[in-house]
Amino acid sequence: MNMIYHKPEALEGHISSYCPGCLHGVAHRLVAEVIDELGIRERTLAVLPIGCATLGTNYFNVDLVVSNHGRAPAVATGYKRSRPENIVFTYQGDGDLASIGLGEILHAANRGENFTTIFINNGIYGMTGGQLAPTSLVGQKATTAPDGRDPKTMGYPLHMAELIAQLEAPVFVARFSLHRAAYILKAKAGIRKAFENQIAGRGFSFVELLSNCPTNWGLSPAESLDHIREKMIPVFPLKTFKTI
Amino acid sequence: MDRAFLKGNEAIAEAAVRAGCRFFAGYPITPQNEIPEYFSRRMPAVGGVFVQGESELASIAMVMGASCAGRRAMTSSSSPGMSLKAEGISTMAGAAVPTVIVDVARTGAGTGHIYPGQNQYAMATKAPGHGGFKVMVFAPSTVQEAVDLTYAAFDYADRDRNPVIVLADGLIGGMMEAVELPPMRDDGPDRRDWVLDGAKGRPKRVVSSIIWDGAELEAFQESRAAIYRRWAANDVRFETRELDDAEIVVVAYGTAARVAGTALKTLRAEGIKVGMIRPITVSPYPFAAFDALDYRRVRHVLSVEMCVPALMVEDVERAVGRRATVSSFGRGGGHVLSPAEVAAAVRRLVPGDAS
Amino acid sequence: MATHVAIDRDLCKSCGYCVDACPQQQLRIGKALNAAGYRVVEVLDERECTACKTCTVVCPEAAIGLESFDLLEAA
Repeated sequence: MNMIYHKPEALEGHISSYCPGCLHGVAHRLVAEVIDELGIRERTLAVLPIGCATLGTNYFNVDLVVSNHGRAPAVATGYKRSRPENIVFTYQGDGDLASIGLGEILHAANRGENFTTIFINNGIYGMTGGQLAPTSLVGQKATTAPDGRDPKTMGYPLHMAELIAQLEAPVFVARFSLHRAAYILKAKAGIRKAFENQIAGRGFSFVELLSNCPTNWGLSPAESLDHIREKMIPVFPLKTFKTI
Repeated sequence: MDRAFLKGNEAIAEAAVRAGCRFFAGYPITPQNEIPEYFSRRMPAVGGVFVQGESELASIAMVMGASCAGRRAMTSSSSPGMSLKAEGISTMAGAAVPTVIVDVARTGAGTGHIYPGQNQYAMATKAPGHGGFKVMVFAPSTVQEAVDLTYAAFDYADRDRNPVIVLADGLIGGMMEAVELPPMRDDGPDRRDWVLDGAKGRPKRVVSSIIWDGAELEAFQESRAAIYRRWAANDVRFETRELDDAEIVVVAYGTAARVAGTALKTLRAEGIKVGMIRPITVSPYPFAAFDALDYRRVRHVLSVEMCVPALMVEDVERAVGRRATVSSFGRGGGHVLSPAEVAAAVRRLVPGDAS
Repeated sequence: MATHVAIDRDLCKSCGYCVDACPQQQLRIGKALNAAGYRVVEVLDERECTACKTCTVVCPEAAIGLESFDLLEAA
């Protein structure tokens, strides 16, 4: 008997706390697979956000610190500058990174901090029950936008990858999607490139992953994948915006 | 020992470096700017890291990261910046992460003014952040004391795995005095049992102020409460002057205590029996000093503060109870109290004194 | 070589991604419940599995493992 595929060592063995069909699970798994393949689990730190992914404390099998809402890039900066031989990644949702933490991510990226950011864009606040997010689509309903996102009062979806790509320092900025196998494999290649950049000391990498929220989108897991393909990708093009 | 003639802010920064601080993140705000400026020059020479954060909020989050990585780390700010750091201070207290925060206080709520003030007393000693945690707070009144207390603060922070606040003010930060600088320490802190150095040969570690299980969270809160009680029992610092025959006792810390000290000489020369209690730790507060007073003789206790309304007076009232009359005298607006003003305030308390 | 589809029953949450993605249509959500109360995915006929790993790529729970074994040895 030889192994073709097994659950990565960088994930705990038990069931995760994410909702059925939540693509956080896929994102966690990809990061964990890359960590295993690069052999860095024993010197990796995960800096978790406040949001659903705070639950990652129970799931990632690496050293972890939970930062305040939006402050993960700053915590990661302090850690990486102090222990540069370790590998650091922030794993953040769209409320954490694109709303309250916009200042932190832009400045960490602009300083070219040598860590990796995994940005989960599912256009909604999950943990708190479905409020409008900076990346919610125009017209998308949310518990705080009952009639749908109205640009006149709530602005437009924030394009984080494009924003980060305007900065000089970042060495890799790309957006992928997790809605189908082929796209997931491309996302994994992007995540791997981002970690390789860090290991080689090249500087800041930013990987945006289009994800879902069946529970708060009010869709079944399968319908949520269609929502990504039909509604999100046209607004958030899948592309490598910057690389060296 | 090295003697040097240093500005308070720079002396504080050098003391931190000598205490083994090897990471600083901070943000410009008067009157503490010389601290980040000094670190930006000094850190490279000692293998330390200096980062000017994009805000005080980000700066203290950087300090948390550095501390988790195993470095002695600090930040500094002044009053308004402390509001922004409150979230980080609370989180580090809630996640048991050591750090030192220097508050070179200025006057007033909101932007207030860049002039010195003691308006940070309540925030520092009661709630430097949300959630009901406590921190040790040292209140230096001279540049030398600021050096000694900053140097010591790092040991307390690591001992208790908690933030420690050094509560100075714009005057202490801005004036120059001759100081003896403590020896340089290069031995990193011993954090073997919790540092996040990578899950190699051990299970993963999580540093987090969210503890999912309610019973575990309560146990953590109980353990912190026990630490706070130990402070009160073991770590209180204060100074007293001329209490043996005092009928009026002045209570003052930091710069206000220096001013009151001068006023004491004038009053004693006039035959007025006045003494002083100077808290050096304002958290834990030196309640014992008030229990030691002879209330058959001490009739009035006056809290002298550089802030309006007075804030420490609330602790003085707790300390004295009904054993004597308690009142306060303070100046706001950044006015540094004058000895004459303090002396006049004390004279008004002398029975039958018409002046 | 043949493939064994090792499903960790405790991890499945019935999301159905693997069922939709399997090119051989050899997966379905069964009736049996796991400890968390989810109906667990099942393999129809393991011999049809080509070890393409698509199911492992789409599974949010890393609930599916794949192992290859020599049919002759096993027999």
